[in-house]
Amino acid sequence: MNVTLRVWRQQDRHTPGRMVTYHVVDISADMSFLEMLDMLNEQLTLDGADPIAFDSDCREGICGACGLVINGVAHGPQALVATCQLHMRSFTDGDVIDVEPWRAEPFPVIKDLVVDRAAFDRIIQAGGFISAPTGAAPDAHAVLVPKTSADDAFEAATCIGCGACVAACPNGSAALFLGAKVTHLGDLPQGQPERNTRALAMIDQHDAEGFGGCTQIGECTAVCPKGIQLSVISRYHKDVLSALVHGQD
Amino acid sequence: MSDTETISPAGYYTLGDPIRDEKAPSGPINERWDTRKFDARLVSPANRRKLSVIIIGTGLAGSSAAATLGEAGYQVTNFCYQDSPRRAHSIAAQGGINAAKNYRNDGDSVYRLFYDTVKGGDFRSRESNVYRLAQVSGQIIDQCVAQGVPFAREYGGLLDTRSFGGVQVSRTFYARGQTGQQLLLGAYQALERQVAAGTVQVHSRHEMLDLIVVGGRARGVVVRDMTTGEIETHFADAIVLASGGYGNVYFLSTNAKGCNVTATWRAHRRGALFANPCFTQIHPTCIPVSGEHQSKLTLMSESLRNDGRIWVPKVAGDDRKPRDIPVSHRDYYLERMYPAFGNLVPRDVASRAAKNVCDQGRGVGPGRLGVYLDFAAAIARMGRPEIAEKYGNLFDMYQQITGEDPYGVPMRIYPAVHYTMGGLWVDYDLNSTIPGLFVIGEANFSDHGANRLGASALMQGLADGYFVLPSTISAYLAEGPFEKIDQSHPAVRKTAEAVHGRIDTLLSIGGERTVGSFHKELGAILWDYCGMERTKEGLTKALQMVRELKAEFWSDVKVTGENEELNQALEQAGRVADFFELGELMCIDALHRDESCGCHFRAESQTTGGEALRDDARFAYVAAWEFGGEDGTPVLHKEHLEYDYVELAQRNYT
Repeated sequence: MNVTLRVWRQQDRHTPGRMVTYHVVDISADMSFLEMLDMLNEQLTLDGADPIAFDSDCREGICGACGLVINGVAHGPQALVATCQLHMRSFTDGDVIDVEPWRAEPFPVIKDLVVDRAAFDRIIQAGGFISAPTGAAPDAHAVLVPKTSADDAFEAATCIGCGACVAACPNGSAALFLGAKVTHLGDLPQGQPERNTRALAMIDQHDAEGFGGCTQIGECTAVCPKGIQLSVISRYHKDVLSALVHGQD
Repeated sequence: MSDTETISPAGYYTLGDPIRDEKAPSGPINERWDTRKFDARLVSPANRRKLSVIIIGTGLAGSSAAATLGEAGYQVTNFCYQDSPRRAHSIAAQGGINAAKNYRNDGDSVYRLFYDTVKGGDFRSRESNVYRLAQVSGQIIDQCVAQGVPFAREYGGLLDTRSFGGVQVSRTFYARGQTGQQLLLGAYQALERQVAAGTVQVHSRHEMLDLIVVGGRARGVVVRDMTTGEIETHFADAIVLASGGYGNVYFLSTNAKGCNVTATWRAHRRGALFANPCFTQIHPTCIPVSGEHQSKLTLMSESLRNDGRIWVPKVAGDDRKPRDIPVSHRDYYLERMYPAFGNLVPRDVASRAAKNVCDQGRGVGPGRLGVYLDFAAAIARMGRPEIAEKYGNLFDMYQQITGEDPYGVPMRIYPAVHYTMGGLWVDYDLNSTIPGLFVIGEANFSDHGANRLGASALMQGLADGYFVLPSTISAYLAEGPFEKIDQSHPAVRKTAEAVHGRIDTLLSIGGERTVGSFHKELGAILWDYCGMERTKEGLTKALQMVRELKAEFWSDVKVTGENEELNQALEQAGRVADFFELGELMCIDALHRDESCGCHFRAESQTTGGEALRDDARFAYVAAWEFGGEDGTPVLHKEHLEYDYVELAQRNYT
């Protein structure tokens, strides 16, 4: 299989970028999309050109490092997978494929397809945790957790923090990311004492980072590789409202 | 410590003085950890804020240690090469975490977990360390639940458990197939809480390139800011390496692409002994290689072997489609060879059996490097919905990668490198042979012997980070704060210059081959000769090949770009350069250990049934290697292992 790639190249944060065209030949349908880029990079290196920088690590869809906008869609054409799990059999010979980084103001480009997502860490720092210092825990069975709560918390906790939700959102909102964490911790009895303060602190940080507001468009959930549902956003709205009405305690 | 006594016949290494763990207290094994904690000096809360600790890595061990030491009040600086601490490779662990809670009332106990782990490690780990691991295992579950880790629950609200790999109790706690992810997010959130509290600073996209040793103590690190290329020096009263394992020396492994040995290897070159480097675990149920382009391998949870039946055609070269091969023409080789355990034999046994049938030409799929894992019988018996409920996410993952539907055709699986039991030598306090250099998690060698049991890696990482290191490091820090040092110190300048020099060299070679091509070739050599089965002849050959390839690397590698930018080729080049040196030491270690034990299978040392045959009289020791200098030979220091509680016995699964 042969394809034509149009790839965003940008030397650093301060230099303007542009789309550059590459022809990639002899691609196996069994290759992953990133392995196809590896192959192109090998060739670029041998030609003395600068290989394309992109993030990836586990290459099995769980670490959240990878993330490319492929033909305008975050993580590409297949639902419920991260970029690293996309294979070339999803494409056909002769395709022209656009490859771009996440585009959102709070995720500045570092180089080519690599962006800075440290804003997500700062949102977690603001309140995305349960305060449980090491050694202070009661026996694990001291507090029973209904299976439905544990399962719902787990579903929300599967978020891999890749940032596709932000890249897909016309408002550049990180509401799905934020809502997933608020839901994960708020569904568990251990998360109740800090539930209201958590939601307020996290939304404040979200806004301070420059992420946009949520207008319930739903592009985020459509590209989410873990299928996080829009209901998590309602959940954090509810917690924020409750905090505003009842105070932060 | 390099008093040379004899030169080994092969001339590959020299023998140094024996080494001992001086820190483990004597006395009854169940009292040793309490004794050590009581004897260890404490640092008062007021003094802790004057003491600093650098931690390399943010996986389960690193982030749990950073959070805990931050909570205690030390000044902690934590580095990771990923763009966020949450992405460290612990996140990919699937199965679960063991703990001796005995919630099932099925006869589990601290002693039984200890016993299973020592036996599973084929009697090449330390009793004191393993007992302590089992002792703190229960507290880990308590801690994680308090943090909000959403473990699987039963309808009554209690924690669910399952049994795992070759044990007879149900002690594995899990969060669907994503236990590592959930535990790491718990530790990551605790870490970020301390960042917000100002006790921990995290530097992501920073890679440790060297260790600074001043006056015999580990006092700092040289790191490269991977975004700007700036070479920075950081100083502290103690350094902790939590940088993970070195499975990527094989190029293809289930490790993340960025996993590397550089932090531990550079510390080794600065004086830390490297223990049992040849002990590498090969996991039997991975998705096979599909072609030359393959960049990494994906593990399929071992739990699949509970219901899938493994087979290959009876006759080599049978190219019929699997469903066209009648049962009478199939060889269910594990069930045939190991009737008692069948498809559930331990990892090392299953892996080697797969290799053997493929070596006979009976493998399936591309390159005949695969065996079938067939669910037809299980689907007929239990129905498709039940199989989907149990394994749905794994079947989806398989279909995603291979394009084949495992409900209709058998899966193809093949073994892959998964975990490394070897690592930097540490004493009971987890201190390496360099005072002030602590090593935790997969980066150290201490608890798994020659083979790790399933669901024990997560347990060890969190045991070290949450409970063991925070208790033992205070004994060391109580001697501090140490002499203040800065960039102008000669040892610091010299180390930073060495890092600069190496980067300049890599960028200036300007050869004809990519870093990736060298890494693939090195990996293939190690896989063929220092993988599932090793021989004296093969290892000798591999040593020659690795050395030749290393020389070629340093004269013909091509690294584009410059240092002062995000340069992934340069990052990779530095890591591969260290893999060459490690690969050489692995082969020497495997060659010298003229016995089979756990995952280390020397073809010359097997039972008549083809099982690993230990030689306890000669090899009941930890092989701790001292760096022999540039182009020198490594020096072997033996730590004799004693078994006072678990009786040395030959494993048997037939």
